[in-house]
Amino acid sequence: MQKIGIAGNHDAGTKSDCMVHFELLTEGGLNIEIKSKVKVIYGKTILKLAHEILSYFGIENAKLIIEDSGAVDFVIAARIEAAIKMVIDTDKEFLLPALEENHNTTKKDDFRFSRLYLPGNSPKLMLNAGIHKPNGLILDLEDAVAPTKKFEARFVVRNALRNLNFYGAERMVRINQGKRGIEDLDFIIPHYANLILVPKCESAKDLQAVNNKIEDIKKKYKLEHDVWLMPIIESAKGVMHAYEIAQACSNVSSMAIGLEDYTADLGTMRTKAGTESLFARNMIVTAAIAAGIQAIDSVFSDVGDMEGLAENVRTSKGLGFNGMGCIHPRQIRVIHDNFAPEQVEIEKAKKIVIAFNEATEKGLGVVSLGSKMIDAPVVKRAQNTITLAINTGKLCSNWLDN
Amino acid sequence: MKKYDKLVTNAAGRIVPTIINGEEHIPFKGVGKHRPTGRRYGPKLASCADYPDDGNKEVESLKVALQKAGLKDGMTISTHHHFRNGDLIANQIFDIAHELGIKELRWYPSASFPCQEGLIKYLEDGTINRIEGSMNGPLGKFTSEGGMKGLSILRSHGGRYQAIQDGEVKIDIAVIAAPTADFFGNANGVNGDAACGLLGFALGDSQYAERVIVVTDNLVPFPCVPWQINGNYVDYVVKVDKVGLPERIISGTTEITKSPDRLLIAELTAEFCEKAGLIYDGFSYQAGAGGTALSIGNYFGDILRKNNWKARFIRAGSNQYPVELLEEGLVEYILDGQTFDLEGVRSMRENPNHLDTSPFTSYNYHSKGNFAQLVDIVVLGATEVDVNFNANVVTHSDGYLLHGIGGWQNCLAAKTTIMPIPLFRDRIPVIRDEVTTLCAPGEMIDVIVTERGIAINPLRQDLIEKTKGMGLPIKTIQELKEEAEAICGVPEKIELSDEIVSVIKWVDGTVIDSVRKVIL
Repeated sequence: MQKIGIAGNHDAGTKSDCMVHFELLTEGGLNIEIKSKVKVIYGKTILKLAHEILSYFGIENAKLIIEDSGAVDFVIAARIEAAIKMVIDTDKEFLLPALEENHNTTKKDDFRFSRLYLPGNSPKLMLNAGIHKPNGLILDLEDAVAPTKKFEARFVVRNALRNLNFYGAERMVRINQGKRGIEDLDFIIPHYANLILVPKCESAKDLQAVNNKIEDIKKKYKLEHDVWLMPIIESAKGVMHAYEIAQACSNVSSMAIGLEDYTADLGTMRTKAGTESLFARNMIVTAAIAAGIQAIDSVFSDVGDMEGLAENVRTSKGLGFNGMGCIHPRQIRVIHDNFAPEQVEIEKAKKIVIAFNEATEKGLGVVSLGSKMIDAPVVKRAQNTITLAINTGKLCSNWLDN
Repeated sequence: MKKYDKLVTNAAGRIVPTIINGEEHIPFKGVGKHRPTGRRYGPKLASCADYPDDGNKEVESLKVALQKAGLKDGMTISTHHHFRNGDLIANQIFDIAHELGIKELRWYPSASFPCQEGLIKYLEDGTINRIEGSMNGPLGKFTSEGGMKGLSILRSHGGRYQAIQDGEVKIDIAVIAAPTADFFGNANGVNGDAACGLLGFALGDSQYAERVIVVTDNLVPFPCVPWQINGNYVDYVVKVDKVGLPERIISGTTEITKSPDRLLIAELTAEFCEKAGLIYDGFSYQAGAGGTALSIGNYFGDILRKNNWKARFIRAGSNQYPVELLEEGLVEYILDGQTFDLEGVRSMRENPNHLDTSPFTSYNYHSKGNFAQLVDIVVLGATEVDVNFNANVVTHSDGYLLHGIGGWQNCLAAKTTIMPIPLFRDRIPVIRDEVTTLCAPGEMIDVIVTERGIAINPLRQDLIEKTKGMGLPIKTIQELKEEAEAICGVPEKIELSDEIVSVIKWVDGTVIDSVRKVIL
C-alpha cells in the first residue's frame, strides 16, 4: 500500500469533476484544503462531505486536497473514496442515498434501439446524457477508460448507478474483459444495474463466468431483480460461436457486434459499405433471432456525418438488427427515426392487424386480406411493427379506436 | 470626494446610492415610470470659420489631435467597440494621456474587451479615475475587487445614448476608430482593410461630444461614401498604420454551438416559438451572438422554409448565419447594430437590405419609440434568473462583474423575450431564489427555456394557454429551480462586502442595482 492516493481529473478542460490528493498521516488531525471554482456557493457543502467520508473510514490524521471544477457530490465522494482506498485496505463503501427511480427494473424485450456510451471516468458527460432520451446509457469501464484510471472509474460508475438521473434510460454498464471484468461486478450488481455488456465474448463459457458471479452477488445481497446480459462479439471466434453465446444463459437479452475489433481481428479495414463484416452481421442477427433475443449493431463512429449515420441505420435495420450503439447524443434521434417503421410498413401492418382481429372475433382459423391468406409469422411481424410505431411516436397508441 | 453617498432602497427593493462620483442620480422607479424633463443637452456651437478653409482636418498624430482637442485632467473620453477584441486605439489614447501626465480621466467606452487589460495600470496610477461602460474580463475582475478609484457605472447601449442626450454624461473628446475616412472626417466601417461593419456606437458621440477625432488607416479623397459618421461633426482626422484588427471581431461565441445540450435547448426554443404561434409570415426576431442563439436562428430558418414564409426583418448582431437567411430570401431585411464576422461586413457593404442601425434608432429611451419594441421574439442569455423571472447579465454567481449589459436591457422591450439557458453550468444553478445583481425586472421576461423544461412567466397567460397540450415540457420556474438543486445541491448564499464598486443603470437612466465588492 502506498502513502498517497490521487484520484480524478483536474486540468484546463475539466468540468464537473475534481482531483483528490489523499495523504494518510500519523498525527496532526485532519487538514482539508478545497480549491474550487464553485467554492463561494458550495465550499461548505464540499467540506462537510469530505469530513463525513473521512470519519466514515475512521481516518483521524490526514491531508486531503480537493481541486474541484464543479463536481457534484456523488463524483466528489467517488474521488475521495478512490484516493483513500489507494492507501487504506477496507471493505467498507461510502454510499450516498440512491435515487428512488434508480431502483426500477427493465424487461428482456424492452426496446434497445439506441444505447449511448459514456466513458466511466468522465463525469462531465454523464449529468446531461439522459435528457437526450436514449433507450440505454452505458457507463463504460472498458475501452473508454485508460488502464491507469480503471480503479478509480469503478467508484464513479458505482455512484452514478445510484445517484445519476438516467431520465428513464436503461442503466447499462460495460465491464472490462476477463478477470478484471468479473471484479467490476462487485461495484455494479448491488447497485441495480439493469444490463451488463460483456466485451470480447468468444464462447458460452465466457458469458457464464460473468453470470455465475452475478448470481453469487445477487445471493449475497438478497437481490431478486433481473440483470440482463448483452454479450459483444468482437472476433472471428466469437462470430463462429454466436449461437451458443446467445443461448449461454437465460438472461441474455441481446447480442451486439463490435466491428472495430472484429475487422482488426480479420486484418482488414472497416469500410463504410461494410462488405468485410457482412457475414458477421448476418451471423449475429441469425443467431440472435434463433435464440429469441435482440441483435444490436456496432456504433457509427463519424459523429459529424448524420446522413451517413441515417444510411447506416437503414442498412442495419434491413439486415435485421434491432438497435445500435451511439457515441454522441446527436446520433440518438437519427437512430430512432430510422429504426422506426416507415409509413407504408405501418399502413400495411395496420391492415393485417385489423384483419387478424376481425378473424379472431369471428372465430375464423384463417386470416385473409383481400384474396391473400396471411400466415401467423406475418401477423406477428405486423404486430411488432405496430408496437414499434407506437414506441417511436409514429402512431397513436389508440389508433384502433380512430 | 466620496465614490458614492446617500443610499436608498429603490422600487425594485435594491439599495442604491443617489450620489455617485459627486453627481446626483435617480433611483429606479419601476418599468416605464420615469419621465425625464427639460431639453436635450448640446455641445457648444461650432463655426466653419474656425476650421480649415480647404476642409482638410488632418493632423499628424493622435497625440497632436488630443492636445489640440485640449486634453486635460478630469475629462471624459469616449471610444467604441466596433472592433470588439481587435481595438487598437483606446490603449493608445491612455498611453498618450499618461505620457502627458494627465489624471482623473473618465473613460466612456461603448464596451470594453480583454484587449484593454493594459489599462488597469492607468486605473491604478490615477490616469483613469473610472470606467463608465461595460467591464469585461480582467477589467471586471479589477473593478469587483475594488481597484477603481471612482465608482464605475454600467449602462446598456440604449442607456449610453440616453445619458449622452440628456447630458448625464458630457463627452469632452470622442475618438472614433474608422476603417475608412476622408480628410473632412466623413467615415465608415464597411470599406478598407480594417472594415468591421458599422460605426453606430459612435454616432451619438460624434453629435454630442465637444471634440471629435476620427482615426483611420484608409484615408480616401473626399467624399468618403457612405458617411456613417458625418464629417461636419468632426474636429480632427488622424492617419495611422493600423486602426484595428477586424479578424478579432469574431469571438468564440459567434459560432453555432456543437454542444448537444445547447442544441437541445435551441431546438426546444424554436419548437416553443412555433407551437406558441409566435412565428408567422412577416414576423421578426433578434438573436444575438452566442452559439445557442445562432442555432435558434437556424431552426427559425427551417420553420420559415417549411411553411414558405419570410421574416420581415432580423435585428442583429449579424454574422454569416443571418446573412445566409437574408441571401436565401427567408428574411427581407437585417437591421444591424454590430457585425460579428467578415461575412456580416461583406453583406452590409453589398446588400441594400442589410442596413446599419445605431443605438438611437434601436434602443434609445429619449426617442419617440425605438426599433427594439417592434421585434416579435428576442432571444437573450443571462447569468442568473430568479424565481420571479428577474435576471442578471453582468455578474457571475460568485459576485464578480464579468459581462457588460450591451443591448440586452433594451431588447427586453420586444413583444416576447425568451431566455434559453442551461439549468446549471458546472454545478452552478442558473435559477436562484434571488439574483446576485438585478439587471432586468421579471415583468420584462416571458419565457425561460432550459434543457430540462420550459417556464413561462405567469404574466403571459396567453402563452401558457397556447402551449397547453402541445407536448412541450412546461414546468414552473420553481420546479426547474428544485430540479437543478436536486442535481447540484442547494447553493450557499454568497457573502459580499458592503462596499459598492459599481452601479447598474436601467434603460431610462435610473439606478436599478449596485454591485458589491467581492471578499477575497
